[in-house]
Amino acid sequence: MNTLPQELRYTTTHEWVRIENDTATIGITEHAQSLLGDLVYVDLPPVKKGLAVGDDAAVVESVKAAADVYSPVDGEVIEVNAALNDKPELINQDPYGAGWLFKVKLVGELPLSLLSAADYEAMLNEE
Amino acid sequence: MGKRTVLYDTHVAMGAKVVDFAGFDMPLHYGSQIEEHHQVRLHAGIFDVSHMMVVDVLGTGARDYLRYLLANDIDKMAHRGSALYSCMLNEQGGVIDDLIVYFIDSQHYRVVLNAGSAQKDLQWMESHVNHYALGLQRRDDLAILAVQGPETLALLTALNNPFITDIIHTIARFECAESDDLFITRTGYTGEDGFELIVPNNRVVALWQQLCAAGFKPCGLGARDTLRLEAGYNLYGQDMDESTSPLCSNLAWTVALQPQERLFIGKSALLAEKERGVTQQLVGLVLADKGVLRSHQRVVLADGREGVTTSGSFAPTLGQSIALARIPKGDYKECEVIIRDKAHKANIVKPPFVPFNSSKNS
Repeated sequence: MNTLPQELRYTTTHEWVRIENDTATIGITEHAQSLLGDLVYVDLPPVKKGLAVGDDAAVVESVKAAADVYSPVDGEVIEVNAALNDKPELINQDPYGAGWLFKVKLVGELPLSLLSAADYEAMLNEE
Repeated sequence: MGKRTVLYDTHVAMGAKVVDFAGFDMPLHYGSQIEEHHQVRLHAGIFDVSHMMVVDVLGTGARDYLRYLLANDIDKMAHRGSALYSCMLNEQGGVIDDLIVYFIDSQHYRVVLNAGSAQKDLQWMESHVNHYALGLQRRDDLAILAVQGPETLALLTALNNPFITDIIHTIARFECAESDDLFITRTGYTGEDGFELIVPNNRVVALWQQLCAAGFKPCGLGARDTLRLEAGYNLYGQDMDESTSPLCSNLAWTVALQPQERLFIGKSALLAEKERGVTQQLVGLVLADKGVLRSHQRVVLADGREGVTTSGSFAPTLGQSIALARIPKGDYKECEVIIRDKAHKANIVKPPFVPFNSSKNS
């Protein structure tokens, strides 16, 4: 198992979140992309869409399966990664970098359900 | 832990991602399903399909038995060393399984059954032996490799294995031959030219390694599924099953209603279905929008009638999503498919989506 980026927060449903001031960047983890296999389509949320924790925010589809991406935070979508429309494989190649999905302007407190890298890794090791 | 083919450890050592398929631990891919798909379309790949079951039908009654058991007529095979695709039907005309039967000699035919239905197939076959003078021999001692793709013939020719190299040039598409203890057939499930090698378990690992060293890249069941879908081949259990007849599964061409005097299981039901009028058809869909078609999605036609997708995937060769769908009979050109509550436009086509690719030097 590759080491997880320590600065990110994670969810039990395999999203990652990068918090910078009041902005959260969201993607799916290395573990999630590896389970899905080659990604071929991404359905991203419209900009300005309001999201609450746990809402369906995006769909990522591999050759094999479709998976919902849930919002890990409360806020409003301010930007989506349009490069994924033509190159969804960026998620496979660089899930924590060029494969990011969307950015949210945070509203209110961060949810307590977000996991640290250590907690997420412990969860993966239990699977 | 599921059942394993003899090659299981070899797959794991080569980096296979293993999934359950019909009770077997089988390779889904060895890194990238899409790369393996392109490898077979453009070059050549090798698949372990030893989960499929080989059954030999042996005895003087073999021909009459198979002419009663199968919807296609094995007498279409003009000579020994021929192969034929057929459905095996129940009395209601539903498909118990689809299979390939090989004509080895007048007292020896061989059938290859889908892994997921092999047990029920065998029971069904045994229950119809009745008065026919024959024995059914289940060949668990045999493994099956499929080598597929436009470079297959050239790679096998360069292999310098006298038992393979000489014989492959003597067999045409849908023919087979025995050589040493190899049984070689020019068949496949990819839409590409290629061969299937039925080989004793104790030789299969060495043969697999020899073929990989010769340039065949290992491919998993993931690529096998996208290749077969592009080629317009049905998958048993998805595109047809015991509740659907070949007539509404784009398989009418595999049913031999002539000669009239030949009776086979399910024939009267098929004749009655034709008499009433076949009400459904299996068609191809090509998604015009972005997105991915999957099985069990709703299909809505311009006149409001509805159908359902039976297989769907992203098609790597086309760069678009395709599906097979069962819809009412009629001359439809387009439809809408409901994906996550949204309607997406799709064009209706006759499979294959990617035409069969014959080897240039065959």
